[in-house]
Amino acid sequence: MEENKKLELKKLAVQVRKGVIEGTYNAKSGHPGGSLSIADIITYLYFSEMNVNPEKPDWEDRDRFVLSKGHTAPALYAALALKGFFPAELIKTLRKPDSILQGHPSMRYTPGVDMSTGSLGQGISAAVGMALGAKLKGKDFRVYTALGDGEIEEGQVWEAAMFAGNKKLDNLVAIVDYNKLQIDGSIDEVNSPYPIKEKFEAFGWNVIEICGHCFCEIEEAFDKAKACKGKPTCIVAETVKGKGVSFMEDQCDWHGTAPKADQYEQAMAELDAALAELEA
Amino acid sequence: MADVIKCATRDAYGSALKELGARDDILVLDADLAKATKTIAFKKEFPEKFIDCGIAEGNMMGIAAGLATTGYTVFASSFAMFAAGRAFEQVRNSIAYPNLNVKIGATHAGISVGEDGASHQCCEDIALMRSVPNMVIINPADDVEARQAVLAAAEHEGPVYMRFGRLAVPRVNAEDYKFEIGKGVTLKDGKDVTIVASGLMVAEALEAAEKLAEEGIDARVINIHTIKPIDKELLVKAAKETGAIVTAEEHSIIGGLGGAVCEALCEEYPVPVIRLGVNDTFGKSGPALELLKIYGLDAENIVAKAKVAIAAKK
Repeated sequence: MEENKKLELKKLAVQVRKGVIEGTYNAKSGHPGGSLSIADIITYLYFSEMNVNPEKPDWEDRDRFVLSKGHTAPALYAALALKGFFPAELIKTLRKPDSILQGHPSMRYTPGVDMSTGSLGQGISAAVGMALGAKLKGKDFRVYTALGDGEIEEGQVWEAAMFAGNKKLDNLVAIVDYNKLQIDGSIDEVNSPYPIKEKFEAFGWNVIEICGHCFCEIEEAFDKAKACKGKPTCIVAETVKGKGVSFMEDQCDWHGTAPKADQYEQAMAELDAALAELEA
Repeated sequence: MADVIKCATRDAYGSALKELGARDDILVLDADLAKATKTIAFKKEFPEKFIDCGIAEGNMMGIAAGLATTGYTVFASSFAMFAAGRAFEQVRNSIAYPNLNVKIGATHAGISVGEDGASHQCCEDIALMRSVPNMVIINPADDVEARQAVLAAAEHEGPVYMRFGRLAVPRVNAEDYKFEIGKGVTLKDGKDVTIVASGLMVAEALEAAEKLAEEGIDARVINIHTIKPIDKELLVKAAKETGAIVTAEEHSIIGGLGGAVCEALCEEYPVPVIRLGVNDTFGKSGPALELLKIYGLDAENIVAKAKVAIAAKK
């Protein structure tokens, strides 16, 4: 990856993280931990990988993204706003009754949201349906879906994985945000989904393991996914929950807790410093 | 009555899908029950537009939703138990909430499933589906109505739940019958009591009205094929003109047609409503017709309930 492109993506990812903090702070609720862990992947999708047009959010040939881990909507909204789907100042309206930014993604409220999600395990099935729709229509758009590593404890994920493998949906990429934490604790203590790679492989998927915060590895993985024919691809992206805000990193309690005023100030200061460093 | 045509509404589902198959936007999904739901009729003609999702109903509903977002009109088929029951939350969150163009073809509803017994006799599906916003619910009385309901569902924008039976039931509608979503049908006029029926109980309601006539009771018979949105206007008119109502359905007395009729009337024109249905209990194995008798889902019991309703008039 070119250094300039990497630098731009890193800056955009900090902006996305700032959006996560801005949104959840103003909402006084929401899920910063998993939003911050998936922020780099979502940034890469919207600013390098996906063919989308903010002027025509319903364009039928666009690539699709389904946030199966719907509770991390703040990261998706921040990326959509940066991309120009709606004004950035709306981020502050997150989770408010009149807002287009509902607590979990809704395709009927928010331009750029391709599927309503929030109930874990359901988004991947819809993504599979979209990928199948592309194949049936002879269209070459691609479909991306992001799952939590806790989310894959849902049986429906494996129903969808079985079907996608069987139907050889090579236009589908599922990203597992492997941050190792879920609400009640570490994923292996709660109900281990391990081994993740071997499970998807057993269902007929091409599996790539990467660091979910390294844009070079992210790019390489999505390129490999495109090159892989006859199989859907699963990218197991090792991440840090709360990534980018020191006191939120690797802390289970930041799964679904909004920052208070002092925490907001500190988080924004850290992110602004990170941005200044990248711009220097 | 020797020449009455009998046909299962599930058969009409399969053949109506076949009629729709020429349309580019139609897809039919099933969950390993094509021979039973009769989607096999469509599969044989249009194999490239038929997708078997295997025994995974929740995933099938999600796939249907995803396909619908790409512009398809999707019919997702399974038994009522699994379509409305097992996949309830996928139907709610992935189909109804985003108001996607998915039509759920739910066969083998009610006690008349027969020998398979309680695990497969879904008498709760209408209650479940009624509680979901954006959902239209159609429970056709016979094959004529079922065919037209499927065609109408394909034209309707948004989710539709269609309830079909396994058992061959008598045809009550003429060939020139015109079905319209949300419009109840007065099959027989009357002034003493109104029998509001749905599904296979419509034929029983007509028979009950004949029996009541023999006793000098003039019963009106209304077929409510669309349980949501319900034809409130027609029901209120019947309440005003006949003063008492009996509901008859092959579904739990909780949350189905009976519940919907009570809700429609209670705020506008309350009259005595006697609900005939499955009395908050599970079914059991047996021949379908025998079970319908055992559970009191027949003309005789409608007659008895009609008399109770009339007696309850002030």
